[in-house]
Amino acid sequence: MSSAAEAAAAGAVRTSFKSGRSTRIWELAFKGCLASCILVSLLVLVVLLEQIVNDGIGSLSLGFLTDTPSRIDPASSGIGPALTGTLWLMLVCTVFIIPVGVATAVYLEEYADSDRWFNRVIEVNIQNLAAVPSIVYGVLGLAFLVRGPLSMGHVLLAGGLTLGLLVLPVLIVAGREAIRAVPPSIREGSMALGATRWQTVWKQVLPASLPGIATGAILSLSRAIGETAPLIVIGAAAFATSSPTGIFDDVTALPIQIFSWISDPQPEFKSLAAAGIIVLMVILLAMNAVAIWLRNRYERKW
Amino acid sequence: MEAGTQVAAAPGTHVLGARRRRWGEGAIKAALLLAAAISVLTTVLIVVALVKESVPFFREVGGAFFTGDEWSPLFNDPEFGVRPLVIGTLLVTGIAVLVAVPVGLGSAIYLSEYASPRTRRIVKPILEVLVGVPTIVFGFFALTFITPTILQDLLHLDVQVFNALSAGLIMGFMIVPTIASISEDAMSAVPQGLREGAYGMGATRRQVSTRVVFPAAISGIVASIVLGISRGIGETMIVLIAAGLAPSNGLNPVDPHATITGFMAATAKGDNPAGTIGYQSIFALGLTLFVLTLVMNMIAIRFVRKYRQVYE
Repeated sequence: MSSAAEAAAAGAVRTSFKSGRSTRIWELAFKGCLASCILVSLLVLVVLLEQIVNDGIGSLSLGFLTDTPSRIDPASSGIGPALTGTLWLMLVCTVFIIPVGVATAVYLEEYADSDRWFNRVIEVNIQNLAAVPSIVYGVLGLAFLVRGPLSMGHVLLAGGLTLGLLVLPVLIVAGREAIRAVPPSIREGSMALGATRWQTVWKQVLPASLPGIATGAILSLSRAIGETAPLIVIGAAAFATSSPTGIFDDVTALPIQIFSWISDPQPEFKSLAAAGIIVLMVILLAMNAVAIWLRNRYERKW
Repeated sequence: MEAGTQVAAAPGTHVLGARRRRWGEGAIKAALLLAAAISVLTTVLIVVALVKESVPFFREVGGAFFTGDEWSPLFNDPEFGVRPLVIGTLLVTGIAVLVAVPVGLGSAIYLSEYASPRTRRIVKPILEVLVGVPTIVFGFFALTFITPTILQDLLHLDVQVFNALSAGLIMGFMIVPTIASISEDAMSAVPQGLREGAYGMGATRRQVSTRVVFPAAISGIVASIVLGISRGIGETMIVLIAAGLAPSNGLNPVDPHATITGFMAATAKGDNPAGTIGYQSIFALGLTLFVLTLVMNMIAIRFVRKYRQVYE
């Protein structure tokens, strides 16, 4: 840039050199941009966890797990009823989704003839259900379970079934993958020994795919207990003062309690919300860890 | 069939009890089909529920739902124009997409074209954790950290406590794993031969990534973005917590906005008796949402089918 003559003298060499270096710089810059995309996501995750632990750790105690929530005194407030409600919801959900989800997966993988129109309808339908917003399932529960034909009121049974319908596609997809991973030779061997189709499924295919199915079931459940919106729509009690003792008690759940604390304008309740989130995340992480352990420990390579 | 002939050949000795069991086999298949039908029934019931309660709503409100520009269903003089809610939904989702598309696609290209298998093994499960974070947690984070610490203190933006910006930003990170993982699958499926051909002609890794792999995987990439958008439109808790509940026709992201999902949840929380217009408005909004996400989902499926390159 200092003099035109200098630039002209080194012209040819410099251009080729320059283009070589600038290409390399662009390559590096591009790679840097891509890597920073991943880093920014990881950073958000780390900051999120760090902030929540920071906000909530002070309110966390053994009493917090068992106490009932209080509007007046944040210090003696707890998640006892909410936690019990979440456990009941998990129970209802498990009892509902495991038979239905596994039966659907078995039907689609072992019995269905995919040339028949109704089997194709079932498949496309499951794909579409997975994309339906969770709040719409709440509307379904409200219209048919809470009110309308079944009119059970906003009880845990209705909440558990609503969440079950919501996560059913997750379990079906995981179950199908697990069943598909069992090699055909197992089925052929079983049938060659005279077993019927159902005997083959029940005695060979299902036991072999059990780890995959269990993993799918745990992941579905962990998705279900983190859901808030459908429970709000079916009318979960934002403020439960006593622990539910059965599936016909009012719906209450950990995310609902957290939400009601977040909505409270008093700042003390924010720390309770964070403490509740810590408990929820610990439960979710534990469930995920069990799922991963199950998969690694028992999954068979054929 | 074979069993039948055997029974005929040796009457009384039911080989493997075939007759009885064949009847049972049929029953079992029917029972399994019944379980599979539950998922179809779910869809049918969703549509029935949404339409049934929406009909009286539309009979009363009529076209004002689409043309009106004010949403205030619980006032004494209620207004039912859905426009501000649609604007709020699209604004928040739009911000989310601005974050999620570059970050998600950048992550996908890195994981598919640059990362070593070891990096991939470490990074992918961590991104999966982002998927497992309940959205109420993201909402809390947006309200208590993004708005006060990042937007107000760090960037000195004049944002309100509830604003569309923080909800949209954090929703973006909720969507990133969806876009990243589906796009990465699509890019990894591009055959190695295409890359080698480009390298052979002197292309750099960046050129291979952007001009060969990216176009070849475009159907999966577009599908991932559409699915991400549809997740954003259907997301409730983030917007309910962080974006506020003030329906607004403005487009300023530092102001509070209300979305379709947010208002459904807020209205449902108000415990409106069945049959009232407030109760019915939940269903009318639900129907709007259902149609929106269904259309998005169908676009994604259509796109994948139409533009998918099939490699041998």
